[in-house]
Amino acid sequence: MKALIKSFVETYGPAGSEEQIRSLIEAEISGHVDEVRTDALGNLIAVKKGDGSGIKVMLAAHMDEIGLIVTHIDDKGFLRFNSVGGVSPHVLLGQRVIFGNGVVGAVGAEKLDHIKDLRLDKMYIDIGADSKGEAEERVRVGHTCAIHRFMDDLGSRVVSKAMDDRIACAVLVEALKRIDGTPHDVYFVFTVQEEVGLRGARTAAYSIDPDLGIAIDVTRTGDTPESITMDVRLGGGAAIKVKDSSMITHPKVKRLLADTAEAGGIPYQFEVLEHGGTDAGAIHLSRQGVPSGTISIPCRYIHTPTEMIDMGDVKACVDLVVAVLSEPIDI
Amino acid sequence: MAIKALDILPKLSEAPGISGREEEVRNILREIVGDHVDELKGDTLGNLIAYKQGTASGDRIKVMIAAHMDEVGLMVSAIEKNGLLKFKKVGGIDDRVLVSKTVFVGPQRLPGVIGAKAIHLQKPAERKKVIEYKQLYIDLGFTSKEEAEKKVSLGDPVVFATEFANFGKGLVKGKAFDDRVGCALLAQVLQDSYPFDLYGVFTVQEEVGLRGAVVSAYAVEPDIGIALEGTTCADIPESKPHGHATTLGGGPAISLMDRTSIGNKRLIETLMRLAEREGIPYQFRRTTAGGNDAGPIHMSKAGRPAVTLSVPCRYIHSPVSVIDTEDLANAGRLLKVFLDELGKGGVEL
Repeated sequence: MKALIKSFVETYGPAGSEEQIRSLIEAEISGHVDEVRTDALGNLIAVKKGDGSGIKVMLAAHMDEIGLIVTHIDDKGFLRFNSVGGVSPHVLLGQRVIFGNGVVGAVGAEKLDHIKDLRLDKMYIDIGADSKGEAEERVRVGHTCAIHRFMDDLGSRVVSKAMDDRIACAVLVEALKRIDGTPHDVYFVFTVQEEVGLRGARTAAYSIDPDLGIAIDVTRTGDTPESITMDVRLGGGAAIKVKDSSMITHPKVKRLLADTAEAGGIPYQFEVLEHGGTDAGAIHLSRQGVPSGTISIPCRYIHTPTEMIDMGDVKACVDLVVAVLSEPIDI
Repeated sequence: MAIKALDILPKLSEAPGISGREEEVRNILREIVGDHVDELKGDTLGNLIAYKQGTASGDRIKVMIAAHMDEVGLMVSAIEKNGLLKFKKVGGIDDRVLVSKTVFVGPQRLPGVIGAKAIHLQKPAERKKVIEYKQLYIDLGFTSKEEAEKKVSLGDPVVFATEFANFGKGLVKGKAFDDRVGCALLAQVLQDSYPFDLYGVFTVQEEVGLRGAVVSAYAVEPDIGIALEGTTCADIPESKPHGHATTLGGGPAISLMDRTSIGNKRLIETLMRLAEREGIPYQFRRTTAGGNDAGPIHMSKAGRPAVTLSVPCRYIHSPVSVIDTEDLANAGRLLKVFLDELGKGGVEL
């Protein structure tokens, strides 16, 4: 599974520019689903039909990653930018970025008296061009770029950019391949534009109109030196979300996930996230409301180029998704 | 009579229409576009939906073009014993633009002044501080609460008393160009017929949260959405080039991304291709701040591609904004070319 994760996390795809990662996922799942389509916003919707006795389940993992968008190219060929999603200027300093067409750039900053004055509008991307004209041959205003970094395998743990949320895309793909017959009509949705406001999940949920919604996403941990206080740790198993700022998990969904984990001997932990949200935030408010929950993959250093996850947790998440879909669901 | 955006802009600009009180603007637009469309419909929130049936037979796509009627302004919130009015802001207004401005209050357009302590009476420390809107008041010349109450009610809308005027080289100034320029452009394109069904939606309450567009997009359920805007332009001294959102005279601005939407790539590329083909100048909106009706339109129900085309406006959300009439004309040309291309099936949705 590490090879799959590596191919997903290393693929370019900031919010609004998910074409490459979508093609990759589509190729990966072809032959394993009954139906696949891309909707108006760019969500990839793959359907596995049930035997007619179950319910309609929507699973969502977002394809997009955080990135930067070029807003200005100056006379010397330096690019100014705004962020696409939550990007910290301090994390960005000294990074390399890559555009959809393969152009690579270095992120620099203006001279500052104090590092705390660092803001995105004091920073620029240097693509090695000597003039505006030369830069514009490679990149134009409006092009987006993502962090350029490869995955490293640390043994039981792996580290990379874009684990948020490609690790969940990998979990869904793995689960989709493993499921051999399900009572439910299962909609595997690889969503767009989560990082800028859960947008893809909202329109996909409207068109699917599911009976149950489950988002798969990463969550923070409280297990690092002087970290936030939070009872989620790397290696502690699949995290079943209780609440975040976008949703309070439906009690029946929380129960369903926890009971299934208990019954299958799948390691799990409960998660209360103070800030942040997932696609389930949009799904549960679609139409007249959808009972929804989130299965989270614990992840350290979220929204940095070095997001770290534990392979045991990933396995637990896949097992949990497969187990939930294999049995009748009473919602 | 042919509708030209620039001809109807003065009247639209001077009409009062803060969020929630768009009736005068709506009436003017009803009058202007009434004879050119198949149906004019108002909805519960006050949106004006102008429907124009397509000329093609068989299945036709639905195109929604939105421009918001409302402007930022003030609302009367209290009448003091001495007859002065306290007010609240409706939409995003910088406190610093309020002091000493002339305004019109309520449906009777009572002329007033936003007052503040004169410089002679201020202490040195006071002169360095921004006067918050809560410390300001509107003076209508009344001497008592009783006298004021005969003419003014709580909740009365207040707009800046700005006359539309030509100035400089092809520039015009006036209030509320955000988004009466969009309304003027929308009225202009509504006089032509297209193969597709066109829904020209003059929306309400954009400035307080894109509210009119939420419900109108839900009702119309279009296949493609276009928002027309008057957008921020900061090509002014002390603003670094990379801080300029748009440039006056640089042509209509195509939005790439803002807080509420990421412009659909295929639509953006089509607009660029057509502008280049027709020799129409264009620019990108080079900031991601702000939001507009394209947000709710592209996310309503199952979603659809949407894009925003804007006329650069200096000094928006203030008593006076400035546009270049060439930008307005070119926005009209680009919009028309785009709609014609869409009608020919030349735009991939």
